[in-house]
Amino acid sequence: MFEQFKTRAEAVSAEVHHFPTKTGALEFILQLLHTEGIADAMQSYAVWADCRFLTGIDRKKLAEKVPGLRFDVTREVASESRIGITQMDWAIANTGTLAQDSVQVEQRLASSLPSIHLALVGTDKLLADLPSFLNKMSPRESGSIAMITGPSRTADIERVLTIGVHGPERLIIVFVDELEERDG
Amino acid sequence: MRKEFRESIDRALHNTNLSEALGRFSEAYRSSRARAYEGIDFKALRTRIAEVKSSAASHLDSLSELFARNAEARGAKVFRTDSPEKVKEYILALARQKHVKRVVKSKSMASEEIHLNPYLEENGILVRETDLGEWIIQLAGQTPSHMVMPAIHMTREEVSELFSKEVNEQLSSDIPKLVKVARREIRGKFLEADMGISGANIAVAETGSIVLVTNEGNARLVTTLPKTHVAIIGIEKLVARIEDIIPILTALPKSATGQLLTSYVSIITGQTPNTDGSMKDLHIILMDNRRTEMANDPKFKQALQCIRCASCLNVCPVYRLVGGHVFGKIYTGGIGTILTAWFEGLKKSEEIQGLCIQCGNCKEVCPGKIDIPELILEIRRRLVTNEGQSLAQKALFSLVNNRRFFHAMLRTASLTQKPLAKEGFIRHLPMFLSDLTEFRSLPTIADVPFRDRFKEIKQPKLKEKAAFYVGCLIDFAYPETGEAIVRILNKAGIECVFPDEQTCCGALARYNGAYEVAAQNAIDNINALKKEDAQYIVSACPTCTVALKNEFINTFESLRKDSWIDKARVLSSRAMDFSTLITKLVDEGRLTFREGQQLGKITYHDSCHLKRTLNVHEEPRELLKKAGYELTEMFECDMCCGMGGSYSLKLPEISAPILQRKLKNIKDTAASVVAMDCPGCVMQIRGGLDKQISDIRATHTAELLAKQFK
Repeated sequence: MFEQFKTRAEAVSAEVHHFPTKTGALEFILQLLHTEGIADAMQSYAVWADCRFLTGIDRKKLAEKVPGLRFDVTREVASESRIGITQMDWAIANTGTLAQDSVQVEQRLASSLPSIHLALVGTDKLLADLPSFLNKMSPRESGSIAMITGPSRTADIERVLTIGVHGPERLIIVFVDELEERDG
Repeated sequence: MRKEFRESIDRALHNTNLSEALGRFSEAYRSSRARAYEGIDFKALRTRIAEVKSSAASHLDSLSELFARNAEARGAKVFRTDSPEKVKEYILALARQKHVKRVVKSKSMASEEIHLNPYLEENGILVRETDLGEWIIQLAGQTPSHMVMPAIHMTREEVSELFSKEVNEQLSSDIPKLVKVARREIRGKFLEADMGISGANIAVAETGSIVLVTNEGNARLVTTLPKTHVAIIGIEKLVARIEDIIPILTALPKSATGQLLTSYVSIITGQTPNTDGSMKDLHIILMDNRRTEMANDPKFKQALQCIRCASCLNVCPVYRLVGGHVFGKIYTGGIGTILTAWFEGLKKSEEIQGLCIQCGNCKEVCPGKIDIPELILEIRRRLVTNEGQSLAQKALFSLVNNRRFFHAMLRTASLTQKPLAKEGFIRHLPMFLSDLTEFRSLPTIADVPFRDRFKEIKQPKLKEKAAFYVGCLIDFAYPETGEAIVRILNKAGIECVFPDEQTCCGALARYNGAYEVAAQNAIDNINALKKEDAQYIVSACPTCTVALKNEFINTFESLRKDSWIDKARVLSSRAMDFSTLITKLVDEGRLTFREGQQLGKITYHDSCHLKRTLNVHEEPRELLKKAGYELTEMFECDMCCGMGGSYSLKLPEISAPILQRKLKNIKDTAASVVAMDCPGCVMQIRGGLDKQISDIRATHTAELLAKQFK
C-alpha cells in the first residue's frame, strides 16, 4: 500500500518520505527547517501543532535549537509561518490522500496557512481506500474531518495547472514506522 | 430566436480566444477523464449515485428535517426556506446582528442562483470571492461561464489587466505570478473577514454534516478563519447516509477535472472551535427554490441527481464553440438549461434549449445518470404546449407528413433550382437560404423517390421478408442506399417489402417539441408496418431506427396515449438498424464476404443515434474490415458532425464549425473513404467535403458493402 500511496501522492505533486524511526524523521525535519531558513522573524516561523509525535520530545529544547520554531499555533503565528507541521491520522493509498480529525483549530491553521505543510503519519495508518477510511473515522465523533491530497492547486487561468493558491504550495509527507509504538 | 441572442452566438463564434480555450480544454478533458476512471466500473458507480440521489429526491422533506435536527444537535443553526429572497434576508439580518463588514466566500452556485453578492453589496457589506475563478469574474462583473471553471472564457492577458487594476500595479501575464498576486491579495481578506459563506457539495442527513470539496484550499480558510460561517445549500445536495458520500466523492473529481480526488475535502459537522477559543457560529441554510416541485415532476425528478461536475459541458460540441455566457444563464450547458428552466422559469430557457443538438454525449458521461437530451426535449415539448407552434413550423409538419406531396414539392423546388444543381449537389442557394449552402453543398432531390424506384427492382420471390423503413433522406435524396440494402438482403435470402403508407418517423416534430405531431406520425407508421407480415423491420437511418425502437413508445408515454404503447413495443421488438441486421446475417452464415479483397484505407464516423442510443459501433467496423477495408480511426470519431436534422437549418452558424472539425479529423487520417451509417451524416459530411473540393468519398456503409458479398 505504501508504494501505491507514494505513486498516487507524487502524481499530484506531493513529496513522500519514509523513515523507520522517529529519530530519523526528526533529523529530516530539522534539516528541512534549516534549509528553508526558519528564523525568529515574520514570514519565517515554523509552527508545529500538538501531536503524538511530540510525545517524549522536549519542545523547549527544540525551540531553542531552532529559533522561529513555534508550538503556539495561533492565527497570527501560523499566518506568518513558512512551514506548518501536523500529524495526520490516516493515509489513503488509492488516492494518495492524508486524513485527519481537525476539530482542534491548531491543526487546521498549521496545515492551511503556511506555504509548506509537513505532514507526519504512521506507516501503520495506511488504509486501502475511502470506504475503509470512513469505517475508521466518523463525523459522529469528529466534527471536522480534513482530507488532503497534494498541495493547493488551481487551473482557473487558461486551464494551466498552478500549484499553491490559498493553501500550501508544497506538501511534504513523512511516513514513520515506529511512530505509534513509542506512544503505546 | 431573438436578434440579440443570435448576435451573442455570433460574437462568441468570432471570439477566437474563447473557442480555442474551450476547444483545447474539451480535447484534453476527454483523455484526462478516461485516465481518472481507469479500473473503475463507471456504469456501476453512476447507478449507485443515481440510486442514492434519486432516493434522496423522493424524501427531500424528511431528509431536510433529519439534517436540521442532527446539525442543530451539534450546535448549528439551520434555516429552511423555499424562497431565494428569504435566504438573502436571513444572511443580511445575521450580518447586521453580528456587525459584519467583510465577507469571504468560497464557491457556491446556490449563492449565484439567488444573486447574493449584489444584494449584500447594495446593503453595504463587502463581499470577496476567494475561488480564483470566481474572484476573476467578480472583478470583471460577470457571471460564471462554467460551473467548475467560472473564468474559463478569459485569457491570461485579460486576467492580468483585471488584477493590475485591482492592486494598482502593472502586472505581467505570467500565470504563476498572477496566482501569487491572488494568494497575497485574498490572504489579507481571509484574515480580516468577519463572516465566511460557502456552499456544500453534499449534505448528510443522518449526521447533519456538510461536505466541501476544493482544490485551492479556500473553503478550509473560509470555514476556519471568520467567526461566523454560513453554508447555503440547495436541498438536492442532501443524501441520507454517510456512506452515500463515497460514490459521489469518487465520481465528482474524476468527472469534473479528471482528478482522483480534489486537493481538499472537508467534512464539517456542527460547531468547531474558532481561533480565539470561542465556538463557530454556524448557520446552514437549506434552500428549496422549486427543487421539491422538480422532485414531484415525474420527468424532471432525475435532474436532482446532478452532482454539479459539469462534465455535460465539457463534452458538448456546442458548448465548446459558444461557451457558457451564450449557452446558459447562471447554470450553463446541458444541465444548466434544465436548471434554468426551473430556477428561473421555463420561458427563460427558451433560447438556450434550442442550442442542444441532441448528440447524446452528455448523457453518456453523466455520473448522475441523467438523460439530459431527453429532458431538454421535454422542455421543448412544454414550451410548445405553452406557447404553441409557429405557423411556419405547423406548415412544415403538415408538409412532411404527406410523403408524395412533400417529394413533389422538393422536386419542383430542386427543378426550379436546376441551374444551381451540379453533379448531384446544390452548391448555392439564393438570398436568405444562402446560409444553408455556405458551408456544405446540399444533395439534389432524386428524380424518382425510392418508394417508386423500389417497384422497379427485380427481386426473387422469397419466403422470408424484411420490411424496409426508408426515412426521408434515403427516399428523396439517396435512393441508391436503399437499392444497396435490397441487394444485400436478397443475397441473404430475404425479400424486401415496402409498406407504402409509411411516413416521416416523427423525429423532426419531436425534436422541435411538437409531440402531438410526432404521435400521429408514430400511429401512421405503426398502422403501415403492422400490415406486413415481415420478420424484420430494417432501417438504414439511425434516427429513424431510434424512433421505431424507442421514441414511439416514449412519445406515447409522454402524452399518456396508453392504448398505443403496447403496439409501439411490438414494433420496437422487430425493428433493427442496418449494420446490426447484416452482422446477424453474416454470423448466421447467410451472407459470406468475397475473399481476398483489398479495398483500401477507410475511416468510420459514428453517428450520434447509432453509437449512443442504439449502442452500435463495433458492428459496422467489423463488417467493413471483413469486406476488405483497412480501417483507420479518426480523432473524436464519435463526435457529432453538426447535422442534427433540422438543427443545421436553424443554426447553420453552429453546425458549420462543428462540421469543419469533423472534416479536419477525417482528412488527418489520409483515408480516401469515410463510412457512416446515417444518411443525415452523409448529407452533412459529403456536402462539406464537396464544398472543400475534396476527393474523399463520404458513403453509407450499405453502399460500400453491397458488392462485397458472394
